[in-house]
Amino acid sequence: MSEPVHRLTRRDLFRLGLAAGPAALVAACGWDGGPVLEPRLRAFSRINDWIGERVLLSPRRLAREYPVEARTPPFDFPSYSITYNRTGGFPAPDRPEKWALEVGGLVRQPLRLTLEMLQAMPRVTYTVKHHCVEGWTAIGSWTGVPVSTVADLAQPKAEAAFLRFDSFDSDYYNGWDLTSAMHAQTILAYAYNDQPLSAMKGAPLRLYSPIKLGYKMTKYLTAMTFTRTRPGGYWEDQGYPWFGGV
Amino acid sequence: MESAAVPRPPVKRHHGIVRVAHWLNAIVLLGMIASGLQIYGAFSHFGIRGGTFPLPNPLDGKPIPQWGRLGGWLAGGLNWHFALAWPFVITGLVYLLFLGLTGEWRALLFRPRDLGPAVRMQLYYLKLRKEHPPQGKHNALQKGAYTFIVLLGALSALTGFAIYKPVQLSWLASLFGGYELARYWHFVTVWIFVGFTLLHVALVFLVDPASLRAMITGWYRGRFPSHE
Repeated sequence: MSEPVHRLTRRDLFRLGLAAGPAALVAACGWDGGPVLEPRLRAFSRINDWIGERVLLSPRRLAREYPVEARTPPFDFPSYSITYNRTGGFPAPDRPEKWALEVGGLVRQPLRLTLEMLQAMPRVTYTVKHHCVEGWTAIGSWTGVPVSTVADLAQPKAEAAFLRFDSFDSDYYNGWDLTSAMHAQTILAYAYNDQPLSAMKGAPLRLYSPIKLGYKMTKYLTAMTFTRTRPGGYWEDQGYPWFGGV
Repeated sequence: MESAAVPRPPVKRHHGIVRVAHWLNAIVLLGMIASGLQIYGAFSHFGIRGGTFPLPNPLDGKPIPQWGRLGGWLAGGLNWHFALAWPFVITGLVYLLFLGLTGEWRALLFRPRDLGPAVRMQLYYLKLRKEHPPQGKHNALQKGAYTFIVLLGALSALTGFAIYKPVQLSWLASLFGGYELARYWHFVTVWIFVGFTLLHVALVFLVDPASLRAMITGWYRGRFPSHE
C-alpha cells in the first residue's frame, strides 16, 4: 500500500489564498495603518478638507435654529478640556481681571478686546445643534459677537488666509479657514443658555459655530490671529480632520 | 435538477470590470465596516443627548471588540473611513455605469414581473417544486438579491453623507429623519451588509461553488445551465 502523495494543486493554492486573505485582514484590525499608511491617510484627509471647504460648504447657508424648549439639559451636554483631563480642574486665566482677547497677525488694526468691549458690540443669540466628532449631538443657546464683526474692526490684510484661535487651556488651539470663520453663525460666545459662560463651557470667551464639529470651537480664548499659512490644531495635529465642518 | 453528464463548455459570465469591482468592493467594504465600528465606539448610543430614541439598538453601550475595529482610535477610524469612502463610491458608480452602458442591468434588475418567478424559485429551493424554473443569466431570487444589495450600498453612502455634513447637506439628513436617525440607519446598513455577505458566501459554497471561480476568472463551468 503506498502513501497518498500530497501535491499542491492549483486548487489548493487557490484555497490557501481564500483563507489567507481574511486572516491578514483580521490581523490588521485595530490597526491605525502603521508608520507608512497612517501619514498617507492623514494626507488623504486633506483632500476631504478641500472638498468640505470648497465644494460642500456654503458661506451663506445657515444652520437650523431651534426653540429654546429644545435645549438639552445642561447636565447632559458635556464639555471637554485638556487641562481638566490632566488636572481635574477647569482652566482659569492667570489674572481674570486682566483678561482680554488679542486680535492680531495680518491685520491693519490690532485689537485688545475686554469682555465689556465685546459685550457692548452687536450680539447674536441662537439655539442650535452641536455636533461632536464622537457622534453625539446636543442643543444649546449661545450669545456672542460674530467673528466677522471683530474682523471688520481689525481689517485683515489681503494676504490673510487663515485664522488661528489660541486658548489658556493647556496647549489647545485651532486653525480655521476664513470662509467658515466669517460665517454669520460663527461667534465669539460669552453666554450659554442666557447665562455667562461657566468655567466648564469655556469662560470667559469661546468660539462657537453650528457649522463645525465641537473640537474646532476653541474654548478659553486668549487670541485670534490672522495668518498666511495654515495653522494646525491640538487634535488636528494628532490626526483629526483639519476642516471639521458639518 | 440533474448534473450534466456531458461536460458543459465553459461560459464567460463576468466582465473584468465586474470582477474587479466585486473584489475591490469586498475589501473596501470590510475596511468601511471596521473603521465605522471604530467610530461608533466613540459614542455607542443613538439619539440626541438628554433625549429619548424610539428605535432599538441591541448594541447600545456595548464595546466593539478589537478585531472588529480599524484605525486604532477615533481619528484613525475617521481617516480610514473617509479615505475608503472614495473607492467605495467610485467602485459603485463605475459598476452601475458599466451595467447601464452594456445593458447588463437587464439580467440583474429585479422588476415586478420577476415576482412570480421568484416565488417559483423559492418553492424549488424549499423542495416544494421539482423542476428548476427556467431562467436567464440569473434567477429571479438572485436578481432580487443583487438589486437589493445595490440599493443597500446607495443607502449606506447617502446616510453616510447625511451624517458627514448634516448642516451643509441638511436636506439629505432630513430625508432620513434628521442627523440622529440617519446615523442609526447608517449603522443598520452595516448589519444588513454583514448578514447579506454571510448568506451570499454560504450560498456560493453550498449551492454553486463554480460561481466563485467565475467571479475570479470570469468563466463559469458549473452545473447550472443559467445561460440563454
